[in-house]
Amino acid sequence: MTLVQDRGRFGFQQLGVSVSGAVDIDALDTANLLVGNDSNAACLEVMLGGLEIEFSNAVVIAVTGAESDLTIDDVPISLGVSYFVHAGARLELGLVNNGLRAYIAVGGGIEIAPVLGSRSTHLASGIGGIDGRALITGDVIYLGQSSDAVASGLLLEDDSPTSSGSEINVRIVLGPQDDEFSDSGIASLLNSTYTVSDQSNRQGLRLDGPVIESKSGRYDIVSDAVVNGSIQVPGDGKPIILLADRQTTGGYAKIATVATVDLPRLGQAGPGTKITFSAITIEESQELLAVRSERFNPKNLVSIVEKISLKVDGDDIVVGVADNGSSALAAVEGNTYPVSVEEYTPAG
Amino acid sequence: MASSETSSTTYPRLVTAGDSAIVIELGSEIDPNVNNQIYSLVKTLEMADIEAIRELVPTYRSLLVNYDPLVSGFAEMNERLMDLVDFSKDRAGTEPEQARIVELPVVYGGDDGPDLDSLAEHASLSVQEVIDIHSGIDYRVYMIGFAPGFPYLGGLDKRIAMPRLKTPRVSVPAGSVGIAESQTGVYPNASPGGWQLIGRTPAKLFDVSSKSPSMITPGSKVRFVPVKSRDR
Repeated sequence: MTLVQDRGRFGFQQLGVSVSGAVDIDALDTANLLVGNDSNAACLEVMLGGLEIEFSNAVVIAVTGAESDLTIDDVPISLGVSYFVHAGARLELGLVNNGLRAYIAVGGGIEIAPVLGSRSTHLASGIGGIDGRALITGDVIYLGQSSDAVASGLLLEDDSPTSSGSEINVRIVLGPQDDEFSDSGIASLLNSTYTVSDQSNRQGLRLDGPVIESKSGRYDIVSDAVVNGSIQVPGDGKPIILLADRQTTGGYAKIATVATVDLPRLGQAGPGTKITFSAITIEESQELLAVRSERFNPKNLVSIVEKISLKVDGDDIVVGVADNGSSALAAVEGNTYPVSVEEYTPAG
Repeated sequence: MASSETSSTTYPRLVTAGDSAIVIELGSEIDPNVNNQIYSLVKTLEMADIEAIRELVPTYRSLLVNYDPLVSGFAEMNERLMDLVDFSKDRAGTEPEQARIVELPVVYGGDDGPDLDSLAEHASLSVQEVIDIHSGIDYRVYMIGFAPGFPYLGGLDKRIAMPRLKTPRVSVPAGSVGIAESQTGVYPNASPGGWQLIGRTPAKLFDVSSKSPSMITPGSKVRFVPVKSRDR
């Protein structure tokens, strides 16, 4: 399933409008940085992979997030690197083999009329994206004006994909209704391993594991507002972590809230992923967020490593090879193209 | 993080919803006076125009304040909000100055309200009595949630209260007016739903192309007006 998503629809929660937006914000931000877009430009969020796109115009693209086999015109490319593609080029994403959701950014972003200030798709209310629905084969998507200075062959320094792995530790801040739960209930949350159930989606992750005990035996509160990462505990005592497509209000007590910096990993956590929780203070959580915002900065963009220059038929050609040694770029007169590498020996 | 005592909880109290939101609780029950204070507090915060605040989400008895911690950290926000809560409490009336009244024409019964007959039977009233009671008062919009533009209306006459359907409908048509326990509400768009459907309004409650997309806003009141046909 492929959806148009940006950073989300803010300002209308008091009217019952879900924020939605990319569930792996790190991958979205990285992709937009790599192609020179504003941070709120819309990208494609591709769940589980298996997508083919033909570009009718030359453009710079980047794929981030979940790992899968990626090719442009059958030439392998790397996750997290920007590439120049020709008019007529075909990008293929294979089925994901780590994580859940890949993000495709294109220079200029996806040009769809925003709804209530955002291009994000919210399927449940049919708002945003392409007529409020997922993409279908044959859809044509228009792109915005790309910034002039867009370069290909870029990657984000120290970039590590969000990919979840099979076990993750998630940092949380207790509250707002942790006082509804017994000491043993809070101990269950902090000392147990929970498993992401297959009843999970963009609205939230349902977790299987030890029951979390409330003080009174009740789990209902007078409905109030929820946030991205609210951990609510319904009557069966099994926690649900609310994500991007959450409803704006809920009637279950919320024992804790996930640190914003750890939300992207939950967006990549498929069924069966093991989750443990550790409590941190709100100040620690805000400090982590400050560190994060330093990371997603254009000044941290670097060119692909190990460049060599060649002269072929009078043209200057620069070739750069990615760390993985299997994907490379050739630059001719400022335009960069993916090339395949048959054998690669790192210099030095 | 909330403090650990429950029974002796005093209000107002501020609790945290993670690193980017603070919840101001003014009570623990559904109470029109508390709800008035919430909307009074919304006005106070809007007037204060605090740079870090990103979005306010008022509900029955609490107000969620989304803020940017990179602009103002927790300690600073918490203190600022406490001051404003005190300020707002001092100037809050018991009724909002003038709640806006939204009139909704409703066709009661028939295909538009498939549960009206069984609700009348449940209440041991005639169908006409149910309609008169339901359309006889103005309802407070406590909050909007569940779906875009879906109002939680309070003040339903206990005589026409009824539990939700045992099995929710897969699809409820847009504009359906329903009852669930002592609440009444309107489905702005077609969606699954378990409320007892007694009628339907032709009014378009939620329009994304409008600058003010929701016809019904939190803090306003709703009046149901019986009409014969949905054509206008």
